[in-house]
Amino acid sequence: MPPGWNAVSAFVVQLCLANQTKLMTEPVPPTAPFLKLENIGKRFGGTVALDGVDWSVNPGEVHCLVGENGSGKSTLIKIVSGVHRPDAGGRIVIGGTAFDHLSPHHAKKLGIQVIYQDLSLFPNLSVWENIAIDQELGAPFLAVRRKTMRATAKEVLANLDARLPLDAIVGQLSVAERQLVAICRGLAAKAKLLIMDEPTSSLTHHEVVRLLGIVHRLKSMGLAIVFVSHRLEEVMALAERVTVLRDGRKAATLPAKQVDYHRLAELMTGSRIDHVLKAPGLETRESVLEVRGGGRNGEFADVSFALHAGEVLGIIGLMGSGRTELALALFGMTKLDHGEVWVDGKPLKLHSNQDAIRSGIAYVSEDRLLLGLNLRQSIADNASITTLDRLANSFGLVPPQRRSKLAFEWVKRLGIKASNTAAAVQTLSGGNQQRVVLAKWLATNPKILILDTPTAGVDIRNKQGIYGIIHKLAKEGVAIVVISDEIPEVYFNTDRILHMREGRLVKEYLPGATSEKLLAEAVFA
Amino acid sequence: MRKLLAPVFNRSESSLAVVIIVVVLIFSVSSPYFLTLSNTADLIESYSVTTILAAGVFVVLVSGGIDISFAAVASVTQFIAAMAATKYGVPAFPAIALACALGALMGCVNALLTYYLNVVSIIVTIATSSIFYALLIYFTGGSEIYNLPDWWTDRVVFLRFETASGDFARITLPMVIMVLVVVVTHLLMSRTHAGRQIYALGGNPEAASRVGIRILRLQLLVYGYLGFLAGLAGFVQAHRVHQVVPTAMFGTELSVLAVAILGGASLVGGLGSMGGVVLGVLLLAILQNGLNLLGVSPYFFDVVIGLAILISISVTAVTQRRLRAKRGNSELRHE
Amino acid sequence: MSNPDQPLLPPPAGANAPLDRMVAEIRRSAGTNLLGLLLLLLGLFTVFSILLPGAFLQRGTMQAMMFQLPELGLLSLAMAIPLVSGGLNLAIIATANQAALLMAWILTTQMPPDAAGGDVWLWISIALSAGFLLCVLIGLVTGFIVAVIGVHPILVTLGTQTLITGISIWLTRGQTLSGFPDALIRISNETIAGIPISFGIFAIVALGVHILLTRSVLGIEIHMIGSNLESTRFSGVDTRRVQIWVYVLSSLLCWLAAIVMMARFNSAGADIAQSYLLITILAAILGGIDPYGGFGRVTGLVVALLILQTISSGFNLLGFSQHLTLALWGFTLIAVMAAKRFTSAMLARYRSASFQRPK
Repeated sequence: MPPGWNAVSAFVVQLCLANQTKLMTEPVPPTAPFLKLENIGKRFGGTVALDGVDWSVNPGEVHCLVGENGSGKSTLIKIVSGVHRPDAGGRIVIGGTAFDHLSPHHAKKLGIQVIYQDLSLFPNLSVWENIAIDQELGAPFLAVRRKTMRATAKEVLANLDARLPLDAIVGQLSVAERQLVAICRGLAAKAKLLIMDEPTSSLTHHEVVRLLGIVHRLKSMGLAIVFVSHRLEEVMALAERVTVLRDGRKAATLPAKQVDYHRLAELMTGSRIDHVLKAPGLETRESVLEVRGGGRNGEFADVSFALHAGEVLGIIGLMGSGRTELALALFGMTKLDHGEVWVDGKPLKLHSNQDAIRSGIAYVSEDRLLLGLNLRQSIADNASITTLDRLANSFGLVPPQRRSKLAFEWVKRLGIKASNTAAAVQTLSGGNQQRVVLAKWLATNPKILILDTPTAGVDIRNKQGIYGIIHKLAKEGVAIVVISDEIPEVYFNTDRILHMREGRLVKEYLPGATSEKLLAEAVFA
Repeated sequence: MRKLLAPVFNRSESSLAVVIIVVVLIFSVSSPYFLTLSNTADLIESYSVTTILAAGVFVVLVSGGIDISFAAVASVTQFIAAMAATKYGVPAFPAIALACALGALMGCVNALLTYYLNVVSIIVTIATSSIFYALLIYFTGGSEIYNLPDWWTDRVVFLRFETASGDFARITLPMVIMVLVVVVTHLLMSRTHAGRQIYALGGNPEAASRVGIRILRLQLLVYGYLGFLAGLAGFVQAHRVHQVVPTAMFGTELSVLAVAILGGASLVGGLGSMGGVVLGVLLLAILQNGLNLLGVSPYFFDVVIGLAILISISVTAVTQRRLRAKRGNSELRHE
Repeated sequence: MSNPDQPLLPPPAGANAPLDRMVAEIRRSAGTNLLGLLLLLLGLFTVFSILLPGAFLQRGTMQAMMFQLPELGLLSLAMAIPLVSGGLNLAIIATANQAALLMAWILTTQMPPDAAGGDVWLWISIALSAGFLLCVLIGLVTGFIVAVIGVHPILVTLGTQTLITGISIWLTRGQTLSGFPDALIRISNETIAGIPISFGIFAIVALGVHILLTRSVLGIEIHMIGSNLESTRFSGVDTRRVQIWVYVLSSLLCWLAAIVMMARFNSAGADIAQSYLLITILAAILGGIDPYGGFGRVTGLVVALLILQTISSGFNLLGFSQHLTLALWGFTLIAVMAAKRFTSAMLARYRSASFQRPK
């Protein structure tokens, strides 16, 4: 077992024990697969998205589908849900009946429900209306049967042993509650196969545990569940099998118990990635950033640490631990209620992020799509946005060639794969997008670089590239903070690790002096 | 974008109701004529056309669009129905049906263009509005129709009673049509599949198509309904002023839009209720009437409306932001 | 991967990429959109030259077009800047009218009727400054409500439009003011080297706005907040300042439009030129400004305005009514949008045939 999973499985086992009576009364019968794909292929023009994929999912099974961006995961899901039509020669067998393709409507009728990452809920409508929305899709001028709909919603929730205020407006629920609503909607539509796209990516640890409890319940009801994800630490404990896709082909289907993080990475990339501890940083003890008793009411408290030039400091903490809130305060987006921040031995009052940037602090947000980039604009626009004042000539104007030159230079330095600097950032892959974010901050020549979940949505191969950039920057004397909840990311790429939990820094680790496993157990405990 | 527009989120109709009550109390104290029965009836009648149009605009706003071609549609249908009635002697019901059907058809044109060109509806309707309106003026030469048939201009009084002060209060045709439109729109939006689908579409268009809502059909209904109501409003407007003037409705687009928004409909779609829109109209009507009775210059009235809109949207934005900030904190405390 | 020998910091100063730059520039400034619009303009010129031999392509017609274009042109620029920033300004006409009224009030009631020579110029500059300050104030208030209180610009300007028009009507009792000094009227009926003064003003202002939007720090920031306000704020841009500038600039363009309108109509009133409001949006969208914000070029807008003006002048010479012109403007916008939709659908089909689109 990979590190961290032990602790999680302990949780899940406890959960299962709690539900044991129900487990006993509703045993999962070993039956034929609910879904079986045979020789599925899909071409888009000249590109092969999927090639001869065989795949099956059993009732009552939790099946993980993993693969990097472009590996064919989403194409496969779209074929199963009837959005895409597979190329001739393949078969889709559902409940014993074979089809050569499905329509979205047909797929739903057969009991296939997809819960997309954005959940596809209606934020302006109530919980019950969201759950039972299918009952409102009939002839336009028929009356809405509220009572029946409410009853459906109530029943589905009761089946899951879950509680939600039926009349609450969905937009006002937490992400985890919204996810529950989406699951209930699938159940209300008589789902037999529930496909969940990146279900844990925006949940806190507690919420993930709660979700696993619900998934366990679904399993015991005989539902087949597919998790589509590239982060599986938590889910793996509950899964039966894992299927890895690579470049449109199936790399392997394995029992979940037989794979660990490193094996999975190998299967996904097709090559062995050697993890080596980061070489020790510069021997300077010159502290660039110091936080003394920093705190924000309701977010974090008593945070004190020092960051040195050329050092990579890891802050490991799960979602909801206050890690992002701390970063936002250091970047001047929010104000500290308590304590102070010292930069270069002087206390710093941050009124906005402009003050922070002026003091040499840069912040790469975890939400790249919304806060990190102007997706529709070009690489040059994005790379130069932080340094426009510096690029301006004596008339206060910015000649376009100065911007494209700057962008071109960074494209070269960071190895961004793009046709030209005028390309819209949204046409790039996740890894290249993240490099554009790095470019725009490196252009400010920062002394302190705060990276919040720097490899979110980045392929494993590209991750190594980003780590390379981090190490190199540290060598050039930049003080770097890496905030993350991925154990290997922090363990192999930092000089020092601070563990953040419930808004406090609880312990310091040195990667050389502790093991990956111990760290994982501490974090997921 | 949707996230960025979140500050436009809905206010509750109750705060609007409170404002109305306060305004009514102030005016009642300061003028003895305020809210007498006859006064109220006149007030309601004078706002009938606005309310009918606002009901249609409200439906479009809930679906996530903005349509400003309704004034042009009302003018066109009004004129064609009047031509049919005066030149060819078309009787009452076919003429009204003609106006409404034409309106619905023009609304469907907006829906088709919005759907197939994949352009925001405000842009499409600016274009179609120019076309409808310009063609109307071109073909009519801007001429007016005064000799409307009697069935069109005769005042229809359903109920008439004398008040204590000796005035007459009447329940007239425009009032009845207005109430019918309000009730039907309310039922459509809150009680039928179509109405709920319109809310769903406005709330999350992507999800709406994923759950299987037929977007084009729904948009045809939404814009067609506004066109239908525009036809009806054109008829009522001519009924009240006893003539058809092609330019009469011109320039009312933004004020009707403002009424719907004052009543709680949101530009991002999916929010608001018919009741709220009625309250918005009521607030404006009461303000206008009260200021009149207090002897405030009628020229000052637009200043008051402008202030009312600005204050209302600002207060909404500020309270929404507070609410969100509070919710954000409480979410963290749960963990 | 990055080149291990090359340091990542500090920022570069050398290396040139002429080809890359050229491609970028061509894509940015002369997209398919501008090319299409230019072709359309050329086509219209050809058609009208053939239909109106000797009457269309001549000095008088061209001059007449230049006399007519500036007020709509300036107002469209006032609409374009908020559109690029992801907003809208529905109060441009109201602002222009109120500025015109204030300036007209000073010139007709405050200026002594027997003022001559230098005095007239003094009064004109007083009037212009007052109008300028009024527009700055309107822009500041609008910008404040948009940026600081955080209300969507459509709602804000719907309110300010009603309020400003209301104040104008209230103060003037619906009357118009007229009779301005000749020095002012000249803007709109005299030419320098064959170019009407008002057109010269428009051309200079359009060039200025073009440079502002494409080259200035503020202009680039306006584009960036138009496509994603939050990420621009996270990049260290004071987005509130940018938004306030947007509405101040928009209002100042209304001030210029007000001067040209006063000169052209020799009167000012609360209700003048209301029909221009939606036409400015039509022109902006026709010119390729993205209704969702973030993209748009003054060059496209100017060509769109020329198209509209050509249709108007050509139809006028052909003896068609002004109203038919408006209908044709509407048709043009729909046709151009349809053409764009068609070409982008074709492009998408071409692309999906050559490679799979990223998720």
